[in-house]
Amino acid sequence: MLIDEIKQALANLAVIEKKEVKTETAAPAPAEGETDQADAGKIVTTEVIEEPALHQTDYAQKGYHLDITVAPDDVVSAAKQLLKLGFFIEAVTGVDWIKENQLEVVYDYNHWDECCRVVVRTFLDREKPEVPTISEVYSGANWHERETHDFFGISFLGHPDLSPFLLPEDADYHPLLKDFKA
Amino acid sequence: MTLEVVDKSLETFVLNLGPQHPATHGVLRVKLTMDGEYIVHAEPVLGYIHRMHEKMGENRTWAQYMPNTARMDYLAALSYNHGYAAAVERAMGIEVPERAEYIRCITVELNRIASHLLWFGAFVLDLGGFTPLLYAFDDREQILDLLEAITGARLTFCYFRFGGLYNDIDDDFITGTRAFIKRLRSRMPMYHDLVTNNIILIKRLKEIGPISQEMARRYGATGPVLRGSGVNFDVRKHEPYSVYPEFDFDIPVYSEGDSMARYMVRMDEIEQSMRIVEQGLDKLPEGPIMAEKVPKILKPPKGDYYCAVEAARGSFGIRLVSDGTNTPYRLKLRSPTFSNLSLFSEACHGMIMADALALMGTLDLVIPEIDR
Repeated sequence: MLIDEIKQALANLAVIEKKEVKTETAAPAPAEGETDQADAGKIVTTEVIEEPALHQTDYAQKGYHLDITVAPDDVVSAAKQLLKLGFFIEAVTGVDWIKENQLEVVYDYNHWDECCRVVVRTFLDREKPEVPTISEVYSGANWHERETHDFFGISFLGHPDLSPFLLPEDADYHPLLKDFKA
Repeated sequence: MTLEVVDKSLETFVLNLGPQHPATHGVLRVKLTMDGEYIVHAEPVLGYIHRMHEKMGENRTWAQYMPNTARMDYLAALSYNHGYAAAVERAMGIEVPERAEYIRCITVELNRIASHLLWFGAFVLDLGGFTPLLYAFDDREQILDLLEAITGARLTFCYFRFGGLYNDIDDDFITGTRAFIKRLRSRMPMYHDLVTNNIILIKRLKEIGPISQEMARRYGATGPVLRGSGVNFDVRKHEPYSVYPEFDFDIPVYSEGDSMARYMVRMDEIEQSMRIVEQGLDKLPEGPIMAEKVPKILKPPKGDYYCAVEAARGSFGIRLVSDGTNTPYRLKLRSPTFSNLSLFSEACHGMIMADALALMGTLDLVIPEIDR
């Protein structure tokens, strides 16, 4: 299966994410006379577990099969692995998470032979959004990255030309940032 | 005094194609570096009709955005309606009644035929043949009339709703569509005699502008451009949505990868779309055209969603990010011709000008969709 191959190829690129998992265990039977306390029957313990940010998602609900978060420096290696397995690039775009002070870059890949949509994400510091370009691997990413630079001001390091693309040639603003005021 | 020896082949000049050139079908500018009649470098310059549809999405409610979707690819707007409606339905978990899905497929396929007919006429016009355009527009006009009667618009449709349709089809539409298909079937052989088998067209297209599979993969080309390079990829079959699995149709694939192959893919797709429309009308179930219990104010659960449909020009994808409120947090539109045009620069390297224009014609560009 393609999805297993790609999971294996990308497994060591995924960042480790921390997740709080709450487990409820039944407390020992309460002593007589204390039954009026409703929550007494449960003990909640919070555990922090670490696991790679690589998830197989429910396609019918989400519209993609695999969701992986990588470090900014690993997007090129991820792209190379995907090209080796025959994936093509659908789009590159950004999302501004202003509350978390982060910019997300999303890479959408798909495959011709088998329906397998892979979403690769990376999170950048909003003050200094820099990520290496994948246009050396996927030539089509050139335009998508240039558009993302237009809209979000994300610098794609090594990109041949980041001058305004869809915006006017003298544009010095980035309209899809949430703090952009027209 | 010695004269510096200059390599003659490096004597180049810059030629501006567009932004108002008829062959660019809108306002696309291509900065060409020419060596005589040969193209050394081509740089498409975009953005002349950029309207920032993605920002508009963040400023209005989910339902208010629907008319925007018809203003990107205005030649096959119903596919865009469909893509957006399906994306929001996926996020909300809305089930669409079967009758509505059938009508969606029928109207989208009619729209696809109209788009391909316009492309056919305009493309041959690019190559210098004026007459086919008049024939193609004559046929296309009938589709627009049919669609106008049920949707209320001729180009910028806003026909789909989350959970169904705005309007049911009537008997006039059904008889009109059947009559139209009978007529177009009888006219296709004429088109092939007049144009496809024309020696001038063959000489202009055969073995011109090859696009390899490897190049198509690197650039993310989709639609007839990809299928003309021998790749059997069509979202309708590959990632079945709506009621397309109920229909018996083929995906035309030509392996040559040249301009002729892309021409043939589109001409064959007209026939396949007619088959889908016919089957849709035959099988059309009775029932409601709107899902019950679609909330008035939509608030899709937090998270991101992707949905793709096969538009006339390739795979049109929408990435939605919802923060659980009544407006989208982010709405990314993946338009097929944006990716398809991006390979032009590499593909036209070393070609003569006239051939490059033929290649550009087979990419079937719609500039408002590229610029968004």
